[in-house]
Amino acid sequence: MAVIKSIRQTLEHIENGNSIMIGGFLGVGAPIRLIDEIADSNITDLTIISAVASNPYETFDIGKLTKKNKIKKFIGAHIGTDPNLVKQYNEGKVEVEFNPMGTLIERIRAAGSGLGGILTPTGLGTEMEQGREKIMVNGKPFLLYPPLKADIAIVKAYRADKFGNLQYKGVALNSNPIIATAANLVIAEVDEIVEVGEINPNDVGTPGIFVDIIVKGNDLPTRKKVYEDLWINAHKL
Amino acid sequence: MDAREIIARRVAKEFKDGMVINLGFGIPTLSSNFIPEGINVILQTENGGLLFGPKPERGHSDPDVANAGGEPITMLHGSSTFDLAVSFGIIRGGHVDATVLGALEVDENGNIANWKIPGKFVPGMGGGMDLLVGAKRVIVAMTHTDKKGNPKILKNCTLPLSASGVVNLIITEKAVIEVTPEGLLLKEISPNVTLEEVIKSTEAELIIPQKLQTTLV
Repeated sequence: MAVIKSIRQTLEHIENGNSIMIGGFLGVGAPIRLIDEIADSNITDLTIISAVASNPYETFDIGKLTKKNKIKKFIGAHIGTDPNLVKQYNEGKVEVEFNPMGTLIERIRAAGSGLGGILTPTGLGTEMEQGREKIMVNGKPFLLYPPLKADIAIVKAYRADKFGNLQYKGVALNSNPIIATAANLVIAEVDEIVEVGEINPNDVGTPGIFVDIIVKGNDLPTRKKVYEDLWINAHKL
Repeated sequence: MDAREIIARRVAKEFKDGMVINLGFGIPTLSSNFIPEGINVILQTENGGLLFGPKPERGHSDPDVANAGGEPITMLHGSSTFDLAVSFGIIRGGHVDATVLGALEVDENGNIANWKIPGKFVPGMGGGMDLLVGAKRVIVAMTHTDKKGNPKILKNCTLPLSASGVVNLIITEKAVIEVTPEGLLLKEISPNVTLEEVIKSTEAELIIPQKLQTTLV
């Protein structure tokens, strides 16, 4: 059963050098309050695993971690939206392991669901083949990738009940339900925490057994304003 | 009409009613503005949605509804949302009818390079490699040459590949070229562009049919 903690208390569970999966896609469905808190802490040398890097419009989301030089290694499919991360990569300060997005997410899913690896046709005939075993199945070639697990996963959901069941909203599921299965410690940042029973079982996106810590982040009206302002400033609205 | 709009308008003519389509950023996304009347396509956004529409009015954005570029969008009637495993299952599993992507280089064998210029520009492949192997039809939408005027349609790609032998159609502001087992077949040339001009700005061999169509956009 999950426990409810404050953002500050949650930081006590994160150590230098940890590998952390962070949910979200360019900041949408991302645990921005916990990210902000890590960025302002002394925690460093992190391996961050995320489908993509930060939101492109301002220093926001994972961009706060790169700005404060918190990242030692990034595992993901794309870094081009974060100028700081691109610079640190080009200067050799941050190691980047590029995985095609569909490959990355399946590797995480494999780790969370007890599979020994994945076979994908993505990357055949490219440099993704380097150092990888090619396996023929029914006469077709596939690349073998190992599962990918992390010390910690930080997910963002719309609501949690006190058991830890998570409900997602909109297109903000993205990597969240997958990473919630593949880490030793799973922390969920949510808009609101409700009583057990208030989330219909059919609306549960992540069963509570996966969640260790629930953290109350910004409420929905505050998040609406944060993103509306972000998009207006970026001339996207 | 600038090169980007010419390409985007021609790309939109490839869309058929009911197709599931994934558009890359830039010119491909622009093509959604020129979908012919009466043609309804199902746009996928790889961060986890099907059937999305234009950006919302100010004051009506939803912090949890955005496209793969992190821009606010609207979900249309009949839309659905899902996680990245389902989204890339749709892509890799052959459930996307067509993808339109930009490219740095394309070659005679249908190879494409669009994710990396070693030492200079390494943004990453994002979902591109999955789309290239999974979509039933791969359409490349790009300017015919680079900013310096160098050909981008080559005998052999020189940059790291994104996928091998997957491109079906190349649409540029100068021409429409089909990738066939025999090589690159020139299908159409744009009005006010000469055949010589197309051949000169293409490094790859082109198969020139007897009857060459003019691209109408």
